[in-house]
Amino acid sequence: MAKNTPQPNQDAPAGTTVSRRDFLSLGAGALGLVGFLQTGGMALQFLAPRRVDGEFGGVVTVGSAESFPPGSVTEFPDGRFFLARASDGGFLAISRRCTHLGCAVSWHATPGQFACPCHGSHFDLRGNVENPPAPRALDTYPITVRDGVLLVDTAQAWQRDRFAPEQLVYV
Amino acid sequence: MTWLNEMIDRLRYRSVPPSEDRHRMRAVANNIVLHLHPTRVPASALRFSRTWGLGGISALLSVLLIITGVLLMFRYDASIERAYPAVLAIETVIPFGSLLRGIHHWAGNLLMITVVLHMVRVFAAGGFRGERRMNWVVGLGMLVLVLIFNFTGYLLPWDQLAFWAITVGTGLLTYVPLAGQAISDFLLGGPEVAQSALRNFYALHVALLPVVLIFGLSYHFWRVRKDGGVTIPPQTEQAPKLTTIPHLVTAELGVALVTLAGLLIFAMAVPTPLEALANPAHPPNPAKAAWYFLGVQELLLHMHPLAALALAGIGLLGLAVLPLWDRDSSDEGVYFRSATGQRAGMLGATFALVLTPLLVLVDDLWLDLPALLAPISTLISNGLLPLMLTLGGLAGIYAGMRGALRARHSEALVGLFSFVMVALVVLTAVGIWFRGPNMALVWPF
Repeated sequence: MAKNTPQPNQDAPAGTTVSRRDFLSLGAGALGLVGFLQTGGMALQFLAPRRVDGEFGGVVTVGSAESFPPGSVTEFPDGRFFLARASDGGFLAISRRCTHLGCAVSWHATPGQFACPCHGSHFDLRGNVENPPAPRALDTYPITVRDGVLLVDTAQAWQRDRFAPEQLVYV
Repeated sequence: MTWLNEMIDRLRYRSVPPSEDRHRMRAVANNIVLHLHPTRVPASALRFSRTWGLGGISALLSVLLIITGVLLMFRYDASIERAYPAVLAIETVIPFGSLLRGIHHWAGNLLMITVVLHMVRVFAAGGFRGERRMNWVVGLGMLVLVLIFNFTGYLLPWDQLAFWAITVGTGLLTYVPLAGQAISDFLLGGPEVAQSALRNFYALHVALLPVVLIFGLSYHFWRVRKDGGVTIPPQTEQAPKLTTIPHLVTAELGVALVTLAGLLIFAMAVPTPLEALANPAHPPNPAKAAWYFLGVQELLLHMHPLAALALAGIGLLGLAVLPLWDRDSSDEGVYFRSATGQRAGMLGATFALVLTPLLVLVDDLWLDLPALLAPISTLISNGLLPLMLTLGGLAGIYAGMRGALRARHSEALVGLFSFVMVALVVLTAVGIWFRGPNMALVWPF
């Protein structure tokens, strides 16, 4: 019998069903799979979203609370948000990203609303939807107060369905 | 000049230009480019109205896009500071840069049209059944590839048009359940359209997608020959066959020259759009997606994004499973199956021409479903309900064709297909010309 002829199960010791050849090829296959998955994982990690330093996503110092009168809206273009102060003095940092398809909304003081030019959505000062197609209120960013100065963390936007009073931050 | 012709002929045929049919056939078999063809073709497959040259034009445009694209790469930088100045320099400073960019731009847009027409032609001839079903699916994949090509290329000039079209386009992706936000973040390399997005799109557009396209095209061609060539009606007697040289090659050359001449004149006459530098703070009003997505964007104005996506997905899925859905190959190669099929197609197109603008007007001016059904979630009133109504309407059209026209399954599908395609064209036209500031309906003339 030629040495290289495959003879499955012939050289298997009594009591086992897997031949040495089958075991080795199975093992090699499994190792190959692990290697393939590792390579795939490495490639995915290589391609994963990355944050560039200095780009949008850090903490923005917006200033002291007194500089924003109640009922006012101030844009912070670098932070991609508007600082809105409700008539009762509460603050909201409202993302300028429209919840419909991601266009930038702008504040129109005369009717007192955020308007998205792309598909015509309107929002009130608190970010509530006044006119669809936007499906939910504008996102907000968390505000912290330190020594009377407001800080807005733009790392992660908070999603909300509609405005609720507890979202307001008071100094 | 005879020596030049002789040299070219020698390069082309390895020996003297073939004079006899047998030599001509051997020349085809021995030449790597000509080898895409069979050595002889049935005379009826050579009629122009069999193919309208659409597959060939698409292949020609692909080659042209690769050549012009590589040239443009030498003058372009995929950085948000330098992309726009580079494109501006191509447009204004570099000799023939504007023309080169024009050819690339318009060839890409034309390719979008020719691949869709190619698909319509193959559908009409019933060239998706039996052995050809694999190539139908491959072709559909290539159509989506062309769409992705156009989408990724759209961002590269980094002007207002590019920035907001991609913002809106990827915003649409975020509505895909569960994975949508992750896919959008992965594609953009971050939460918004910025440097990472430009780099990602550039790598996709100039490296990954072209490789997929070249392999896909080769496979597509190879399968055409494997599956028996162009679909022709069943022959009653032995059909006469003609040699590829000169009958097919000359026709191809003619179509190629006409296409190139037309494209060149168009690129010289119509300037390639380039707006102001991208400004992430101020979207233009209206902000529209690329024209080939405006049909879907128009749907978005009428229903919840999830419903519009679902509708587009169902349409694509329907095309993909068409070879299983319609297996009746008795009328193979007959355009629109039969006289009844032709009537069904005409009826479907007429319905779409009347019904689609009417529905757009009604929904825009009078009907406000979310307000009408206020307590119900907009996901149902503006999403599930319109989706169900649309699908119900499509089923109704199919049933109507079966009943009123006594159409067979295959013929009724012609009516359905023609309705969907014409409706898509109408929606796209509404999106392109009839939407003004704030996406309100306007009269363009």
